[in-house]
Amino acid sequence: MDRLPRWADVVLVPLISLVFAAIISALVLLVIGQSPVEAFKVMVDGALGSAYGWGYTLYYATSFIFTGLAVTVAFHAGLFNIGGEGQAQLGGLGVALVCLSLPWPHWTIALAAATAGAALFGAAWALIPAYLQAKRGSHIVITTIMFNYIAAALMVYVLVDVLRPVGQMDPASARFPEGAQLPALNDLPLFNLIFQKPVPANITLLIALVMAVVIWAMLWRTRLGYQIRAFGKSEAAAKYAGINPVRITIIAMLISGALAGMMSINNVMGEAERLLQNSSEGAGFIGIAVALMGRNHPFGVVLAALLFGFLYQGGAELGLWTSIPIEMRIVVQGLVILFTGALDMMVRMILGRIFGMVRSARAMRTA
Amino acid sequence: MSADANSMGRQATAAPFAIELKGISKSFGPVQANKDINIAVPRGTIHGIIGENGAGKSTLMSILYGFYKADSGQIFVGGTLTPIPDSQSAIRAGIGMVFQHFKLVQNFTVLENIVLGAEDGALLNTSLTKARKVLKDLAQEYELDVDPDALIEDLSVGHQQRVEILKALYRQADILILDEPTGVLTPAEADHLFRILRGLRDQGKTIILITHKLREIMETTDNVSVMRRGTMVATVKTAETSPEALAELMVGRKVLLEVEKQAPRPGPVVLSVENLRVRDEHGVDRLRGISFEIRAGEILGIAGVAGNGQSELLAALGGMMKASGKVTLKGQDLPLSGAGADGQSRREAGVAHVPEDRHHHGLILDFAAWENVAFGYHNDPKYQKSALFMDNDALRADTEKKMATFDVRPPIPSLAAKNFSGGNQQKIVVAREMEQNPDLLLIGQPTRGVDIGAIEFIHKQIVALRDAGKAILLVSVELDEIMSLSDRIAVMFDGQIMGLRSPESTNERELGLLMAGMTGKTTGEAA
Amino acid sequence: MDYATLLQILDTTLRLATPLLLACLAGLYSERAGIFDIGLEGKMLAAAMSAGAVAALTGSAWAGLLAGIGASMIFAALHGIASITFRGNQLISGVALNFLASGITVLIAQALFAQGGRTPPLTGDARFNPVTLPGAEALRDVPVIGPLYYEVISGHSVLVYLALLAVPLTWWVLFRTRFGLRLRAVGENPAAVDTAGVSVVGLRFAAVGITGILCGIAGAYMATALQAGFGREMTAGRGYIALAALIFAKWRPVAALWACLLFGFFQALALRPDVVEAVVQVKVPVPLLDALPYILTVLVLAGFVGKAIPPRAGGEPYVKER
Repeated sequence: MDRLPRWADVVLVPLISLVFAAIISALVLLVIGQSPVEAFKVMVDGALGSAYGWGYTLYYATSFIFTGLAVTVAFHAGLFNIGGEGQAQLGGLGVALVCLSLPWPHWTIALAAATAGAALFGAAWALIPAYLQAKRGSHIVITTIMFNYIAAALMVYVLVDVLRPVGQMDPASARFPEGAQLPALNDLPLFNLIFQKPVPANITLLIALVMAVVIWAMLWRTRLGYQIRAFGKSEAAAKYAGINPVRITIIAMLISGALAGMMSINNVMGEAERLLQNSSEGAGFIGIAVALMGRNHPFGVVLAALLFGFLYQGGAELGLWTSIPIEMRIVVQGLVILFTGALDMMVRMILGRIFGMVRSARAMRTA
Repeated sequence: MSADANSMGRQATAAPFAIELKGISKSFGPVQANKDINIAVPRGTIHGIIGENGAGKSTLMSILYGFYKADSGQIFVGGTLTPIPDSQSAIRAGIGMVFQHFKLVQNFTVLENIVLGAEDGALLNTSLTKARKVLKDLAQEYELDVDPDALIEDLSVGHQQRVEILKALYRQADILILDEPTGVLTPAEADHLFRILRGLRDQGKTIILITHKLREIMETTDNVSVMRRGTMVATVKTAETSPEALAELMVGRKVLLEVEKQAPRPGPVVLSVENLRVRDEHGVDRLRGISFEIRAGEILGIAGVAGNGQSELLAALGGMMKASGKVTLKGQDLPLSGAGADGQSRREAGVAHVPEDRHHHGLILDFAAWENVAFGYHNDPKYQKSALFMDNDALRADTEKKMATFDVRPPIPSLAAKNFSGGNQQKIVVAREMEQNPDLLLIGQPTRGVDIGAIEFIHKQIVALRDAGKAILLVSVELDEIMSLSDRIAVMFDGQIMGLRSPESTNERELGLLMAGMTGKTTGEAA
Repeated sequence: MDYATLLQILDTTLRLATPLLLACLAGLYSERAGIFDIGLEGKMLAAAMSAGAVAALTGSAWAGLLAGIGASMIFAALHGIASITFRGNQLISGVALNFLASGITVLIAQALFAQGGRTPPLTGDARFNPVTLPGAEALRDVPVIGPLYYEVISGHSVLVYLALLAVPLTWWVLFRTRFGLRLRAVGENPAAVDTAGVSVVGLRFAAVGITGILCGIAGAYMATALQAGFGREMTAGRGYIALAALIFAKWRPVAALWACLLFGFFQALALRPDVVEAVVQVKVPVPLLDALPYILTVLVLAGFVGKAIPPRAGGEPYVKER
């Protein structure tokens, strides 16, 4: 097989995977009797055509940046963390406990405390699978899946039997105090020039972007990142170099879990302002698609998160304005994971053939 | 059509060859592993194929067994043109192969492994009953007794190899290929194997023996073919050649790579090892009380058949494996388990380590060369910009410098390690470890899979480091390398040191006996 | 708790254990052949939708079953192409196919029936109805055993008995046939199979195909026997519970039966918190009962309840070594 140039590997492979996913999605729409062109128009219009649409797109993207980064950090350590969903839900619990514990005087203090709470709870939920993987060799993919279900059950219990205010019917916590309510983008200077009506996207977006830079620097500029990446490439070699496998596994998963947990400051604190059941709404899983699409690079993750933000807002618009069910976006999500994560070899082979043909054609011309 | 068949028939009766390969070529991407290979193996003989690592021996035999498909060329079995597109065809043509790494299912019984792929009918019972009987006959005929109901994972390596041979015989192979069969065997097991092979030959089977060990070729084979860099250089009768002649054919020029070096000027003791013991995760004792010393300005060579504890010795001293006993470096204790028994602490203490397996341990193949230069030294202050950040620019500059000093080609720090040749990869590892200016250098198989030019260069560097007053522990399965580099030689067998010799007062024969665990003859402790 | 309640719970246990058992055995074939499959959930879901839809359209539960198997096989084939042909990451492929199934089932059901992603309620022959085993009526009044036979053993759909029958059949195939020997070998050391002249790819596709069939039956059972029609996400994580049961059973067919019955029992208990409370005398939160199978699996994985050693070549695409 011909070796691909680096730019093709970084740019073309994910783009072509995306095109494949789009083509199949269009076929699915045709099969169920819908017009792909019409659907795409509705999505673009609804997600990108107005400040309001952008407000939702960016809101979703914020969550996906966190969960995408979570999957990315674990991936670099050679760990597939499917537990982002459970870690995000626990992060939500952390946010709720912090926000409800005190009458917060100002949102900045509440934000700092809630971020710590979210990260702590998310990390704690990742700690047990991490420990079991590192110390007892329990496959982290299976344990994190199990922990998603245990988290879901735990949240049902907490919301129904513990946090639900007396007399309230639906399983949810009380509303957070005013001092714990985050400014949305329409409340922030400069941003309010664009977003004049209330939007769900909030200050957490900026935190997410900062985290992307922090994670990038951590992975490629620090000793810890070096050790995580080396360990992820080869555990045997890491041992030779004196990199402690138990320590790196646990640290990488703690960071991953903390990032997944931190998405809850976006949806729980920034938008719902109380803890609801299934607060993360699958964003933990979307992190997998985002990380794969973003080639496990924080900047790629930001771009992929925007794409999925568009997809989610656009998909919601489809549900509102057309007879295409909102589940269309899950189909696209599945296809993107399939093509970027499991069939990337196929994409590479196709590209390799094309490059080989171009090369030999060029060689013929020069000869 | 009929004329063709006739001529084919005549050819078959005329040709006494069990196997004939004509014009076989095979490339893996840009690497041409086999170039226009021709070889003819007479029926009822043991035919050796010898060559250095990477000469293309294993590829050629994998083609013959249908494991790889040749790009061009023809295979004749018993004089008949026989295309072998897959292993099934090879088995049908009566070819059996014993791979270097056994292809056995570890948690199956011997019997199950034997019938796998050669079952009679859809139900197992009949196959197993039949195999049990056949196995009994084979065991008696060829000294190949193995418990048919034992699980493979419970068998010794030697017995596992017997199962592989039995697998081939059960499939009624007339031609048996063995790829480096003695690499993992003790000398006694190897002798047993060769007895079996001679027995098989006497029964009319044809044996092809692939090895890079001259001794085995000289002792066992009838004919020998020599391969070098993907080509077949010569085929000769074993009785009419000598080890020296074969070695020259293998390498392509006069060998006996004498390394130029001055007499050693040993200083004070740097490394002292007392009663070092290692037990692996399966509870097997790998090192059974090893003691030795290495002085400054001295190279101690460890000779031995692979798998006699050399790897564990390096791993224990390098902090990769738990051990017990007492090890001191310049008078300071090196912890052998618990805190401080890891690669980082060792490096801080002044121990550098060129591991035996650079692909699995020494390098991260996907990392750029400059990232690999920091591997193991990522905590080194000279590579840090601040408390938090590494100084990648300093690392790149340092890599460029090392690449120049060690003549690494191409000298591109950003190139991924996997894109360098074996020799240049090894130079990166050696440069990284030697340039740390360690008190003690552990170096395992320094020239495995490395081209001749790089071998000479690496050997010179090792001697230069010695002359700079460092202590060096050299582990190699290549006796030539041990003989030419070492100031003293320790021979390991079964986790113990069988004796210490000086290269001037010993010879390959004596070392060979020690490697086989025989200590009858003593020439006294070397100084 | 009286005997009647116990029988009721055991009856529910068997009904709820059936899809778990079918999916668990499905996973067993695939994983024994070295292909990890966390896509059991998706295959069941796709099968449930197809079976529900076709049964509703044709009025035949058997046609629904065939359609369910067909849909599941398509997903199995995709998993095979990704993880065998293109040597992709088996876990990622499984995750992707689960999402794909989750979305596409609603899309198609909505397009066909416009009932909010459900298929219409099934009645009569469009469902697999309970069959009364011979002698059940006659033995009904025999004390203890009679009601047990009548209430628990008899009176299930034919698919329940099919699932139970699949257990000894799987054991026999795995340990007494040539196919089983090769299947187990390819999951432990594909190179051994390859050098013995047997196709690794062929064997693995065969295994993945069987996985497709069994998941298809499991999904069809969900939509046309356990319930009367397909509803969105109706498998509700059963594919993962089956996976948990498979690990709990250490990839052995008979142990898989017990594991699935145990997990089915937990599910049955979760439906009757009143009974649990009466027995243990403490209020047990329902979510705890829901979570029990997952907690148990984690304990098994951690090696606290016996060590689970998966097939050695599991999850690794087979590449001929160079």
